[in-house]
Amino acid sequence: MTPATGQRATLFEAEPLKLDSGALLSPVNVGFETYGTLNAERSNAILICHALTGDQFVASDHPITGKPGWWTRLVGPGKLIDTDKYFVVCSNVLGSCLGTTGPSETNPATGKPYGIDFPVITIRDMVRVQAALLDHLGVETLMAIIGGSMGGMQVLEWLATYPERLHSAVALATAARHTAQNIAFHEVGRQSVMADPGWREGRYYDHDSKPDKGLSVARMTAHITYLSEDALTQKFGRNLQAREAVTFGFDADFQVESYLRHQGSTFVDRFDANSYLYITRAMDYLDIAGRHDGRLADAFKGASHVRCCVISFTSDWLYPTAENKRIVHALNAAGVPVSFAEIEAPHGHDSFLLDVPEMDHMLRGFMTAAARTRGLAP
Amino acid sequence: MTMTNLRPDLKLIANMIEPGSRVLDVGCGDGELLEWLGANRDVDGRGIEISQSGVNECVAKGLFVVQGDADNDLAEYPDQCFDYVILSKTLQAVYHPREVLLSLLRIGRKAVVTIPNFGQWKVRSSLMFRGRMPVTKALEKTWYNTDNIHFCTILDLFDLIEAEGITVKEFVPHSADGTRLQMSRGRANWFADQALFLLEK
Repeated sequence: MTPATGQRATLFEAEPLKLDSGALLSPVNVGFETYGTLNAERSNAILICHALTGDQFVASDHPITGKPGWWTRLVGPGKLIDTDKYFVVCSNVLGSCLGTTGPSETNPATGKPYGIDFPVITIRDMVRVQAALLDHLGVETLMAIIGGSMGGMQVLEWLATYPERLHSAVALATAARHTAQNIAFHEVGRQSVMADPGWREGRYYDHDSKPDKGLSVARMTAHITYLSEDALTQKFGRNLQAREAVTFGFDADFQVESYLRHQGSTFVDRFDANSYLYITRAMDYLDIAGRHDGRLADAFKGASHVRCCVISFTSDWLYPTAENKRIVHALNAAGVPVSFAEIEAPHGHDSFLLDVPEMDHMLRGFMTAAARTRGLAP
Repeated sequence: MTMTNLRPDLKLIANMIEPGSRVLDVGCGDGELLEWLGANRDVDGRGIEISQSGVNECVAKGLFVVQGDADNDLAEYPDQCFDYVILSKTLQAVYHPREVLLSLLRIGRKAVVTIPNFGQWKVRSSLMFRGRMPVTKALEKTWYNTDNIHFCTILDLFDLIEAEGITVKEFVPHSADGTRLQMSRGRANWFADQALFLLEK
């Protein structure tokens, strides 16, 4: 699934990447995009961390779907994350399928795709690869790191693992651990992929068919968790799909069914099923406090110089305000300067990707102050 | 920003704060006091504010503020992590004033608390002669839309403070426009619109 476009770096050639599981990985390819120019002082770099099924094409067209970047609303020349001012880096996470090493890539030991021989990874492993990419790009410290959802989890792991490389950090709609409910939804998704006969124990790469049906159902389930009940009701209600009455069958009678089927079927064109298994697993394993006897604050002890901003959304039931506030309380207890707001937005978890003016307002203020304290011109 | 630009009631509070200290302002509004303390007293400040607009204004000023309120969010702060905790004209609006007061002095070495004085003569006479809940310059809302749910007088607060073994380091009764009134607590209970208490456990 490696795209023809985009930048790529090969890392961990001499020294393998040591994963949390204890496994070693070498080499590690990283697909990434950059926007803007690194200044002479190397002080204007921003790392954007993408979510579960996101990618590095934050502000440029997707090489497979042709769609515009997933955060062009905020990232670009003259925008809130101004690529005329900042050097913006976004890389495909470890385990994914758009240029970065993952289960669909060739295992140098066998000459075949890794499949489920790929080692299980964690969010912190993804962050280790990002840190190595920044080394490769000559970026020692970041003016800011920003991410929502799983991107926010990476931001938290950066705060715990490489705080000395950060000036400011923004975590949106996220959590420092996966709850039983979070794990449960992911397990439904994984079981759906693995129940598809096309999955073939993860070795579908040398066959004509892949587990599209299973991955599509996984995506449909996940998509429901990204939206609020109100958003679904408002968007679809009980509206019928291009028909006057229900058909007394199992066609997509309702618009919401048709919408979800579309979400599922387009997803399989751009995402690898095994990558979905590995990345959801990495999220489920996240429990930053767990490494510190349950005291999340202890994870952030080295970050007391990092300016932080955490934002949650009222209608997000996937990573609700309570989970975001746990992060804020821990940062406070660790003496890390943090601003937090629960922003009123109707769209559910996906709010962080959508047009929510109050979020922009807060982010703009935060970024301006972060740039000022970094010695960058406003 | 010089001291003269600062709102008069905030000026009284600012005078209580030692330079270079760590300050938590509970109900920090648009961050005017924290910003001034940062710029003029080298204060490392944090805020708690309930309104989104207040949070946004604070963040734009480069301040650190957590959206929340005194009843729910003080419990999460570690012991003695601030030199001062400020609670300005908010104690009468919280659900659990006693617990909040004790939290202030658990989190901070000192607390600066200001209250509107419900014992002031205009308030008393309104209730006495008009037979209605008072609406005055300092208490400008009617009973059904006021945020004030635990009315207290200056003497009431002194009683609670003493019952909890808290020390009053400074007591500054003042008028609504921030003018200091030099008087005893008993007289202040009649004449002061508001009062400031610098407290220590």
